[in-house]
Order: sequence, then C-alpha cells, then structure tokens
Amino acid sequence: MRLAGDIFLLIGALFCLLATIGLLRMPDTYNRIQAGTKAGTLGALSLLLGVALIQPEWWAKLLTIAGFILFTSPVGSSTIARAIHLVGIRPWRNPPIEAPEEEK
Amino acid sequence: MNGQKEPMPSSDSPPPALRQHLLVYLSVYLLWLLLAERIDGQELLAGALAALVVTIASAPYAGLFSALRLTPAAPLHLLRYLGYFFAALIRANLDVARRVLSPTLPIRPALVEVQTRLVSPLGRMLLANSITLTPGTLSVDIDDDRILVHWIDCPPGADLETATQRIAAGFERHILGFLE
Repeated sequence: MRLAGDIFLLIGALFCLLATIGLLRMPDTYNRIQAGTKAGTLGALSLLLGVALIQPEWWAKLLTIAGFILFTSPVGSSTIARAIHLVGIRPWRNPPIEAPEEEK
Repeated sequence: MNGQKEPMPSSDSPPPALRQHLLVYLSVYLLWLLLAERIDGQELLAGALAALVVTIASAPYAGLFSALRLTPAAPLHLLRYLGYFFAALIRANLDVARRVLSPTLPIRPALVEVQTRLVSPLGRMLLANSITLTPGTLSVDIDDDRILVHWIDCPPGADLETATQRIAAGFERHILGFLE
C-alpha cells in the first residue's frame, strides 16, 4: 500500500514536471494551456490517488478535491483561451512547408 | 400524469421544479457529509441546515438540472461516460507528454469547429469540459451548437465533419444517455 502510494506520488510529480516543460517549450498561449491543463490534471489526480493509498481514511475529502479540480480546471483553461481568442490572438501555425492551407 | 417515465420509487412523483431543488439539496448535503470530520448527529443537523440555505440561495439556477434524464439507465450511462472519460484523459496526458518531450515538438495546431447534438447548457458545458481535458484539444468558444476547439494535432484539411467525429462524437454518445 505504502509502495503503491509512493509510486503514484512519483507519477504525479513527474506529470507536473512535464506540464512545466510543456509551458516552457510550447510556441504560443493556446499550446501552453494545452500542456498545462493536460499534464497538470493527471499530475494532480495521481498525487491525490497516491495520498489516498497512503492515508485511506481521507478518501472522502480527496474525492471531493478531485471532483473540484476536474470541474474547475477545464473551465479556467477555456476561459483564458476564449479571452485571448476574443482579443484576436491567432494560434501559432506550423511554418508552411507542407500541405497548403487556406488563408485566415 | 405521465407516470410511465418516472423511475424513482417515490410514491408520488414531485413536479419537475421541486425535483430539481431536491436534487440540488441532496447533492449539497452529500458534499457536506463527504467533507465532514465524522458523521454524527451534530454534523447531520448542521449539514441539513446548510444544504437548505444553499438550495434556497441557488434556486434561480436550479433550472440547469432540468436537462438530467432521470431514467433507470442514466446512472449506467454516467458510469460508462466516466470510464470513457478517464481512458481519454490518460491517453491525452501520455500523448501531450510525448509531444512535449519529443525534440522536434511535433504539433500541428489549428482552430476547428465541432458540432454538437446536445441542447442543454449543462450538457454542452460537460462536453466542452471533456474536450478541454482530453487528447490535445481545448474548447475556446461556444456558439449555439458549434464549439470552437484548438486542436494540437490537426490533420491538414480537416473539416467540421471529421473534427466532430474525432473530437466530440465519443463523449456525446455517452453524455446523451443521461443529459439532453
């Protein structure tokens, strides 16, 4: 139990690290949000699962926290994305080497 | 009245508005009990009162829940949706992790539109949230039945049809089981 919990904590930390690397490497805000929410969500959930395995009597609170993260995280991401979309920021496109795409 | 679609074993089926308030009340009460230190008389009483206050305060918004389909099969659909959702969530994370770590940063981002058959605000919100949380897609805006999605790996020349199929159709099928 202890070992499984530790493994999940480690996986969670790893995904949070990946989210950070994604934030640094991605070319524009939309893609940074992608990296941040995706990796951040699984990172947080995995951390919570790890804690639940180590402290099983906390399951109810941890479940509630997970629920709130799952509801609020995407809303926050979409709100930021919508705001920059309305301001008129266009998403970064690949340099047009292949596949002619229509003009925006 | 239309008694053939009432799944609840209650003796008299309450009118829709009352049923929504009851649903809100029970959800809030359950949340209180989940957060309570321990379940005893004091917590039960305090929770009952707090849930009542919240239900009254949020009464103008209870209409959101009118989209819920309270059929016997609904909980089953909800479970299937959750299973599908978590599978997609894990796939999304591994996929984005791979892109982030890959030295060439293999992304082909673009904004695409997807169309949804869900009509209720709650259902659309759930769909948009699911899209944001899963494989390289991020809901940007919603306009009637069109959701604008930022797709991290858009195949060249993807149109409304393919985008809808690839991004939204799976979630939609499961959500339709318990929401309008």
